[in-house]
Formats: sequence, structure tokens, C-alpha cells
Amino acid sequence: MADPIHQFQIVKLFTVAKLGGTEIAFTNSAAFMFTVVAAVSIFLIATTGERALVPGRLQSVSEITYEFVAGMLKDSAGEAGMKFFPFVFSLFVFVLIANLFGMIPFAFTVTSHIIVTFALAMLVFLTVTIYGFMRHGAHFLRVFVPSGVPMYVLPLVVLIELISFLSRPISHSVRLFANMLAGHITLKVFAGFVAGLLGAGAALAPLSILPLAMVVALTALEFLIAFLQAYVFAILTCIYLNDALHPGH
Amino acid sequence: MSDDTRKHGDAQRPLDEVALSARLRRLGDQLEIERASKASGSSPGASASSDRTAMARGLRLSSELVAGVLVGAGLGWLIDRGLGISPWGLIVFMLLGFVAGIVNVMRAAGLSSGPGDRGN
Repeated sequence: MADPIHQFQIVKLFTVAKLGGTEIAFTNSAAFMFTVVAAVSIFLIATTGERALVPGRLQSVSEITYEFVAGMLKDSAGEAGMKFFPFVFSLFVFVLIANLFGMIPFAFTVTSHIIVTFALAMLVFLTVTIYGFMRHGAHFLRVFVPSGVPMYVLPLVVLIELISFLSRPISHSVRLFANMLAGHITLKVFAGFVAGLLGAGAALAPLSILPLAMVVALTALEFLIAFLQAYVFAILTCIYLNDALHPGH
Repeated sequence: MSDDTRKHGDAQRPLDEVALSARLRRLGDQLEIERASKASGSSPGASASSDRTAMARGLRLSSELVAGVLVGAGLGWLIDRGLGISPWGLIVFMLLGFVAGIVNVMRAAGLSSGPGDRGN
């Protein structure tokens, strides 16, 4: 049976540079990231270049994406959150298109590697922390002090809130990574059953229709998850940004 | 006949336009109210409806719990190394991390929406 983990293998395409003893390689992961960015950029530039008052189909796609992200950001972080719009939009579209690229057979799923999603989550975490301190100074620490807590448990609650705050980038990144990894492995395993049953002889071959039906259903589910996880990643970013903009509630 | 209808139409048009612009304004006002109530009504942090599939929900909640415990244990380990009080930092902070993980899970499940908003 085909190895279900093989699809996540990082392959070195060529070496970019050598820093000290460390080799900086251009891998298939990097290639797919560049492809995603290029595809998104070309699509957005090409479709909005016309600037028609009544948008055509492709321009509508760009505008709906804009409206969707802008609405999400305004709902969770308020009007003040719009200054982070380019950040959230880039994250959402990058994750979404990377997830969808992963659905193309033989393509590499960038977001199924935890280092990629962790880097994105750390970017959000550091933005929230640094911007929160820049804008509110020590008042940003109110994020850790819930209102209406008695003094004698406050130190404990502050410690728990601090750990909860520090755990955000981990759960933020693990959620996206785990969903993509688990989904793609499930797909591959069920597809492997099809091949396995077909090869097992004439008696078992007709049974292979069952995992095949499952693979079809799972593919549809994977497309849903690809979108949903990009949405969840972006909405969590919005919620965290809300803490940086309005700490203490 | 045709003359008559045109005259009739001319007289009617300003009225129509007034009515139309009034309707447009009313619609605009309603939209504004709707938007304002939506903005104030939906509390930030309410994303419970965003995970539809059971697996996404399970992974979400479990990652919240594991993240809390891991960060607590990591902090405790660092404190142990820094202050040389092994193993007390690890023990205390892992327990705190467990509590933080539970808090995370409750927030993710929508049982408590954030700091300052306990249990409703």
C-alpha cells in the first residue's frame, strides 16, 4: 500500500546559499509558497485592474473576498481593526490558497507542516504583543487581569491568564496544521484501501467501491475544511488583534 | 390618446422619484440600524459556529488543552533552570498550565467568552 506520509516529504530543489555551516535550501515547500503568492497576486491584480463599476465575474470574486475579510475584521475588532486589514487579508488568502493547492493531486500542502503554521501564528502573536504595548503601554497588561475577580485569587488568575495568552500561538498553529495533516492522511489511507482491495483478488475487488465512495465524500469534506480552517485562522487573528486594540474587555 | 398618457406620465414622474428616493432613504436607514445592532450584538470571540465538522471541533478543543499544558510545563521548566528549584517550578506550572488549558477549552467551546466575562 502507498505510504500515506510520503506526500509531506520535503525535497531539496537547489541550494540558495550557505550561511556558516547551515545550508539554506530551496525546497518544494518554498516553491509551493512562491506559487501560492504568485497565483494570488496575479489573480488579484488581473481581476481588479479593470475597475469596472459593475464588476464582472472575476472582479466579483476579488470584491467578495475583500468584503468577507473586511466584515470579519470589523465584526471582531471594530472599525479600528481596519488598519490591520492588509495583514489579515494576506494571511487569510495565503492560508486558503495554500490549503486549496494542497487539494490538487500530487501537489504539496504547505500548511500541513507545523513550522509553517507556527511561523504564521508567531507573526500574529508578536504583532498583537508588540502593537499592544506600543499603543497602550502598561495598560496592555490589563489583558491578563479579568474584571470582578477578588483580590485573594487575582495572582493565581493572572498567572493562568498569562499561560493562556502564551499558549495562543501553539493552539492557533496546531489547529490548522493538524486539520490539514489528518485530512490528507485520511484521504491517502482510504485511497490505499481501494488499491489494496483491487489487488486482493476477484472475490474482494468489488468491495473496493466502498472506500472509493468514502474517498469521494472525503474530498468534498477536505475542500470544506480547507476553507473553514483558513476562516478559523483569520477569525482568531481578528480576535487576538481585538485584544491589542481594546485590552481589558 | 398617446398624448394623454404622456402628459399623465410626466405628471407622475416627479411623484415617483420622490417616492423612490424616500424608499431608498428608508432602506438605507434600516440597513444602518441593522449594521449597528449586528456590530454591537455579536461579541468578539463568538466563533463557536465556525467549526462545522466534528473532527475540526475535536482537534480545536484538544489543541487548546494541549497548548495550555505544554506552555505551562515549558514555563515551569525554564523557571526550574533559571532559579534552580527543580522540580517545584515544573510541578506548579504544569498544574497552572492544565488550568489554563481548561480555561482555553471553555472559551473555545463558547462557555465563557473571555477575561472579565465568567461563565455566561
